[in-house]
Amino acid sequence: MKNRTTVERKSERELVVTRVFDAPARIVFEAWTRPDLFKRWWGLKSQGMYLLSCEMDVRTGGGYRLVFNQGMEFFGRYIEVTPPSRLVWTNEEGGDGGPVTTVTFEEKDGKTLLVMHELYPSKEALDTAGTGAADGMGELFGELDELLVTLGAREGRA
Amino acid sequence: MHLSIYRILNHMVQYANARLDASFAALADVTRRGVLEQLGRAEASITDLAEKFNMTLTGMKKHVAVLEQAGLVITQKVGRVRTCQVGPHQLEEVTAWLEKYRQLWSARFDELDRVIEDLKQSEKFAGRKKTESEPKP
Repeated sequence: MKNRTTVERKSERELVVTRVFDAPARIVFEAWTRPDLFKRWWGLKSQGMYLLSCEMDVRTGGGYRLVFNQGMEFFGRYIEVTPPSRLVWTNEEGGDGGPVTTVTFEEKDGKTLLVMHELYPSKEALDTAGTGAADGMGELFGELDELLVTLGAREGRA
Repeated sequence: MHLSIYRILNHMVQYANARLDASFAALADVTRRGVLEQLGRAEASITDLAEKFNMTLTGMKKHVAVLEQAGLVITQKVGRVRTCQVGPHQLEEVTAWLEKYRQLWSARFDELDRVIEDLKQSEKFAGRKKTESEPKP
């Protein structure tokens, strides 16, 4: 049986994603910090997205850069690397005001609870994070487009 | 490297941004979430709610106003009593956004499961090899 992913918007500035993995923390941590492994799962197959390249200098102060097949780039630097329990990185592709991502790996009975926490410097930063970044994404995200239509229709009705 | 997904969802959210903003803001308060949960079970007057949450009438009126503005709650005045109930669509919008986000992460983590399984297997294999290569007595 698959483990459940949960998502919660904790506050105006925070998002938290959790998931349990059936492996010790050191293995889960490895999959997050070895570029060859990271590349295998960070893409979004169902959306036709995969990583063209993945550079990760996983140590405090080290940088990373991810390039997706359709050209989107993501980069920043690690501000804390504590194997196998904690990773903290910045997200700088959007300029100042990017969020800080903290991932913790908590092992219990051979399983690992993963908690991914994103903190934006302000509510406004969170709200505007997507501005302009998703141009031309429509085709790839047909499903989201459908949802937009639904939301738009509701907007119209109200 | 965070959420390419998140940015894309944000783009999507901009269509309904103002209203979602109001919804999220309204939900970022423990009392208001409690009120919403309460109203999910049964409609109630502002007086009922104030009593249940140990608040002044004025305080509860303010909370309800925020929820109403976000469209999460609708109120109706009958005689001297203002009755509150959960709004029809707004919560669904917030939930749909988070659910979409959750699904994308869920898919990503299912891939991660596969990578982890491979790692476990290769560790087991390496362990076995090591044992085998040890000199036999």
